[in-house]
Amino acid sequence: MGAGRLYAAVAAGGFRRYATYRVATAAGVFTNTVFGLILVYTYLALWEERPHLGGYDQAQAVTYVWLGQALLSTLAIGGGGVEDELMERIRTGDIAIDLYRPSDLQLWWLSADLGRALFQLLGRGMVPFGFGALFFPVALPADVITWAAFLGAVLLAMLVGFGIRFLVALSAFWLLDGTGVSQMAWLAGFFCSGMLLPLNVFPGTLGEVVRALPWSSLLQAPADVLLGQADPLGTYAFQGAWALALLAAGRLVQSAAARRVVVQGG
Amino acid sequence: MAETNAVRDGLRTYRMIAALWMRSTMAYRASFALTTIVGFAVTGLDFVAILLMFSQIDALGGYTLPEVALLYGLSGVAFGLADLAIGSMDRLGRRVRDGTLDTLLVRPAPVLAQMAADRFSLRRLGRIAQGALVLGYALSTLSVQWTPLKLLLLPVTLVSGAAIFCAVFVAGAAFQFVAQDASEVQNAFTYGGATLLQYPPTVFAAELVRGVTFVLPLAFVNWLPASYLLGRPYPLDLPRWTAFAPPLVAVACCALAGLAWRAGLRSYRSTGS
Repeated sequence: MGAGRLYAAVAAGGFRRYATYRVATAAGVFTNTVFGLILVYTYLALWEERPHLGGYDQAQAVTYVWLGQALLSTLAIGGGGVEDELMERIRTGDIAIDLYRPSDLQLWWLSADLGRALFQLLGRGMVPFGFGALFFPVALPADVITWAAFLGAVLLAMLVGFGIRFLVALSAFWLLDGTGVSQMAWLAGFFCSGMLLPLNVFPGTLGEVVRALPWSSLLQAPADVLLGQADPLGTYAFQGAWALALLAAGRLVQSAAARRVVVQGG
Repeated sequence: MAETNAVRDGLRTYRMIAALWMRSTMAYRASFALTTIVGFAVTGLDFVAILLMFSQIDALGGYTLPEVALLYGLSGVAFGLADLAIGSMDRLGRRVRDGTLDTLLVRPAPVLAQMAADRFSLRRLGRIAQGALVLGYALSTLSVQWTPLKLLLLPVTLVSGAAIFCAVFVAGAAFQFVAQDASEVQNAFTYGGATLLQYPPTVFAAELVRGVTFVLPLAFVNWLPASYLLGRPYPLDLPRWTAFAPPLVAVACCALAGLAWRAGLRSYRSTGS
């Protein structure tokens, strides 16, 4: 089997695996919709008070809320990506089997995570977004090019998100119990991705710092492309640079970690 | 007499299992400290969002920052108490799925008490502490004309609010007997409800406020008592005495949740594996 087909099969497996739990998906859709509903009213009140806050009008702020709910599980900003399983395999030692496979560890898990993300986008993201677009005034682009550019930004966001979470998971090679680190990463992700509040609303220097961090590639970058607030090419360059840096760092840490693995017994 | 015995039995079971889990978590002190701190920070994130909003505005839905902080603190402490007491109830779906619920059924102790005390963890105190801090900030900055009635209303509100959230937890768990994979639906009402109550009722659409007043009576956790404390108009122009209704609402909610739990437990069929 060619390398490309192998990773495509892993990605398809990741997609199918998450597609199996239909009730759980429906429950997730419901929860995302409820949270979107709560957030949207607080944002409406905020933009009522300060129109054009952060360069958004009210419709754009509403769109941002529903986009956030759509991308929350897709990009595993609140956890729930493949990193939990990878960490568990490192802790139990099953990782030795993965390292023995004639495939690349990072690419394998990246494929699995992309499959998962694609399912979450279609199965979990579209319904809350559709609900929001139906019942609230939203600002959506009319041309196909902006939508295509947005999808490109989402794909790059998936790569950056995986890059961060892969590093978090590899920390288990040294710490064994990665719960603390993954909670810290979850916290940073929630705050710095724009899930809490759009990053362009953050005041002063704090805003400039969070907008330069990799997490801003996750929600803020695709949102700004969709809302026509950012030039797609500049956004791609920013996201691509972070994706490359994080994936390269992951590769370095992976080779350092692989040297630490000792297979006991025989 | 049988009823009081059952309650005493349940409390005793709860105490024993909770003590067991406390000893177990204290075996890993560093991990305990870390998760408590992170728990504190995670809950604090909601308030950071509110602070960030108020860095741009002076009032949200007509409420100032200390007033929103009062809502936040009341909701945070009430929810934190419920979460500490029976926050593990949302694991019921998983137990049904993997068959470990059967173990609880064969033990000579009430299942509800066993479920509620499961994985009892003092690290959930982080959430209560965070809510209490915000509540303290609100009470020290607000200029409320305190009367004995208002002073009494404060603790009564917290306890009733906690009881209402407990009822939501139990009802949600009962629902998981039917839909095992749907534990996330419960999050929408517990965590979602707590988030909703952090913001002023004036922010939300009237239908939504009506829903959380008459259908799922979360408004009694903090919106109505806080409206009385702050001397503000009540949501939906409800009569003034509704601020003192939370204890009654809490009792009614707990009774309904108890019935739902019994119905759920009776409908349970083991996976048999």
